[in-house]
Amino acid sequence: MFDALGALIAFRLLHLEPASGLGAAVHFFVMDVAKIFVLLVIVIYVMGLLRAMLSPERVREFVRERPDWQARGMAVTLGAVTPFCSCSSVPLFIGFVEAGIPLGVTFSFLIASPMINEVAVFILAGVLGWKLTALYVLAGLAVAWFGGIVMQRFRLERWVEGYVWKIRLGEANRVEPDRSLRGRHRQALAEVREILRRLWLWVLIGIGVGALFHGFVPEDWVSRHLGGEAWYTVPAAVLLGIPLYSNATGVIPVAEAMLTKGVAVGTTLALMMSVAALSLPEMLILRKVIRWPALALFAGVLAVAFTLVGWGFNLIA
Amino acid sequence: MKTFKVLGGGCRNCEVTARAIEQAAKEAGVAIQLEKITDMAEILGHGVMSTPGVVLDGQVIHSGGVPAPDQIRAWMRD
Repeated sequence: MFDALGALIAFRLLHLEPASGLGAAVHFFVMDVAKIFVLLVIVIYVMGLLRAMLSPERVREFVRERPDWQARGMAVTLGAVTPFCSCSSVPLFIGFVEAGIPLGVTFSFLIASPMINEVAVFILAGVLGWKLTALYVLAGLAVAWFGGIVMQRFRLERWVEGYVWKIRLGEANRVEPDRSLRGRHRQALAEVREILRRLWLWVLIGIGVGALFHGFVPEDWVSRHLGGEAWYTVPAAVLLGIPLYSNATGVIPVAEAMLTKGVAVGTTLALMMSVAALSLPEMLILRKVIRWPALALFAGVLAVAFTLVGWGFNLIA
Repeated sequence: MKTFKVLGGGCRNCEVTARAIEQAAKEAGVAIQLEKITDMAEILGHGVMSTPGVVLDGQVIHSGGVPAPDQIRAWMRD
């Protein structure tokens, strides 16, 4: 359906040649804009209806005072299902520290959260299919799990800013959210508006980049240089992802274009993870609570993990 | 006189929330005092970990996102 819409606009209305670079790019752009925005509205709305207020405050109560492996399991799972705005990562970090949750567990949460969220998962499945989505989610959970453990080894406590330890979290006296169907509907609509407002530009940019890649990068060049033969393509993809600021949803169309052109699966997954979880602006926000050595460690551990994931999948594929 | 506090590190969502509250107060003809709290100790002192949060007369009434317009209008009534 979206394919046909893309063809209608690109080839019938604009009279572009299907075989030309511009034609292919416009077709890809129209198709993906329609597909991804329709999916976004539906997924966010349904999630908004279902969400039983899974706030970080709740997560903290779940995770505190549990044995390490249980706490980590919960932190990773909850990180994957709770979306939070990146400017919340500082209060969230402090809140976790204050609850006595180990720093390694907190980092597992901070890694899982931007990389995997239910909106990105459904869009990923809609665009790239369930198999690749499962690979991405499993790899992401594994990176979050082991990344936190590795970081813990370096005795992170010494790099946490002093004031963080002193803050005491007050008792939240929240009013219960409206649980009637009308209340939920209103909440879900508000969520669609808010998330779309936050995402639309990144998604459009992502689709634009994907369309250019799809239309103008020659296939034989791709398979020669990015087909997974050369070992350095994976670390290069991870490095490329760091300065690119987007979110998991925004990189999906780029991944789509890369895969259709023959970029290796592992290389594509590594780029997606790097863009979603390793961006400079997000790290600068974390700088408010941890010092540079901890940030460098965070970036280093993730970069190595994403590279290993990429190589692993390129080997299997 | 209602006193509102918007809790947040100063990101865009917090600005949007503060402006929406001011706007709604003006439309409803309600006198309010609005303060933007960026101090992390005070934000967490209210028990809020997901920003933006909103405090009305000392009571946390919202956290974790930009509140919906009709929600804000409801705060102006009672």
